[in-house]
Amino acid sequence: MKVHLKVWRQKDAKSKGSMVNYDLDNVDQHMSFLEMMDTLNEQLTLKGEMPVEFDHDCREGICGTCGMMINGQAHGPVPGLTVCQLHMREFKEGDTIYVEPFRAMAFPLKRDLKIDRSAFDRIIQSGGFITANTGMPAEANNLLIVHETAESAFDSAACIGCGACVATCKNSSAALFTSAKISHLAKLPQGEQEAAKRVLKMVSKMDEEGFGHCSNTEACEVKCPQGISVLNIARMNWEFNKASLLH
Amino acid sequence: MNNYIFQSTLSRKNLMAVTGLFLCFFLVIHLLGNLQLLLPANEANASFNSYSALLSGNIFIRLISYVLYFSLIAHAGDALIITLRNRKTAVKYVYDDRKQVSKWYSRNMGVLGTIILVFLVIHFKDFWYVYKFGSLPYDRNGNKDLYVIVVSAFESWWYVVLYVISMLAVGYHLLHGVKSAVRTLGLYHPRYVKYVQLIGTIYSYVITFGFCIIPVYVHLSQFGL
Ligand code: HEM
Ligand code: FES
Repeated sequence: MKVHLKVWRQKDAKSKGSMVNYDLDNVDQHMSFLEMMDTLNEQLTLKGEMPVEFDHDCREGICGTCGMMINGQAHGPVPGLTVCQLHMREFKEGDTIYVEPFRAMAFPLKRDLKIDRSAFDRIIQSGGFITANTGMPAEANNLLIVHETAESAFDSAACIGCGACVATCKNSSAALFTSAKISHLAKLPQGEQEAAKRVLKMVSKMDEEGFGHCSNTEACEVKCPQGISVLNIARMNWEFNKASLLH
Repeated sequence: MNNYIFQSTLSRKNLMAVTGLFLCFFLVIHLLGNLQLLLPANEANASFNSYSALLSGNIFIRLISYVLYFSLIAHAGDALIITLRNRKTAVKYVYDDRKQVSKWYSRNMGVLGTIILVFLVIHFKDFWYVYKFGSLPYDRNGNKDLYVIVVSAFESWWYVVLYVISMLAVGYHLLHGVKSAVRTLGLYHPRYVKYVQLIGTIYSYVITFGFCIIPVYVHLSQFGL
């Protein structure tokens, strides 16, 4: 099939970018979106032009490295997918497809579709861990945890940190990401001890990095490839209010 | 307790949620008072005026009214601060279709709030100010006759239209506001989520419908309908 691409090209962090048009004639329906981008890049390389740079790693929807705005939606039109799991069969012959980077004040653009998401790492570094002795792994069943609790903590831990929640939020809020990390640890006995300290640290780091307020529009939950629930945000607010009143 | 509670984006929203929920509580009291306007004219007149006198005379109610003024100012002030920061962190896409995945009223609380604010200024000027500081006639029972002021305002159709539009803004503001406030405060238990949403929705419909029906009814009853 044929598609018309409009891709954001930007040389580096400082230069001004713009949308550039490309036409692709030989796109297979079964290609993933990133394979289609690879095809484009092969053509550009043959012509001696710079390929379009974009982030990707596993291409299995598990690492959270890929991410772009496709036709104005984070990770494209299908809810619950990363870009690498999006396929060209979702598009029609002759479609015009807009491809832009995830944007946020806290995610500076590096080049083309590549952004710097290290703000997320710094939020985790500020408190997303437990201060435990890392000796030999303990016997997993030494610590008894109710099945539902373990499952629920696991649901929160499923966040792959792709940044779609921020990109799709009208305020560029990182509430879903931060709350998933906070809830994941707060739900388990290992994390409970430091829950108060953790939530205060991670929330203030989140603010410091330049993310916006959460308006509870719930757009993040819809676009999250891992289906992280907005109830994590409620949990974060609860932990935060408790901690700021009592600690 | 420490400075986190005042400085963070979460605590700023707590203030918004607490004041917002107080305003929600107040709307119930206000609506109960207004519903008396649906009584037959004679009864409505006496009952509405004595209710107004009761409210303005009572020391307890007076204290509540100070909480109310504070809540309104704090809510609107906080809304301004939050909306400005959200402007700052907002980004532009060449092609933006993000609206697909959220409700329009959840994204436009500031706009809806501004409509409410404009309405409130008019509302305070026409009724609250007149009642407190204007010279009003007295009714048979010796109460200030707020009833005639209200009825004569609702005689003009454009006033009714403005009123109804403002109440729709309140309605949409509440439709998102109530559940948002509960979530902001973190009072969102997985088991009760459905009920919180349901109560929020029913509450918004009742308040909106209640406030809308009154001016329409009063307007139509001048024609003897
Ligand atoms: C009768 C009057 C009002 C009631 C009952 C009310 C109620 C509420 C409630 C319950 C919330 C949810 C708080 C949260 O998300 O945690 C809210 C949010 C909000 N209110 Fe109001 N409000 C009123 C008037 C106003 C006015 C006059 C303004 C603006 C000048 C305003 C602006 C806002 C904004 C911008 C938000 C959302 C902030 C965000 O994006 O999260 N409201 N309101
Ligand atoms: S490349 Fe790993 S999730 Fe898409």
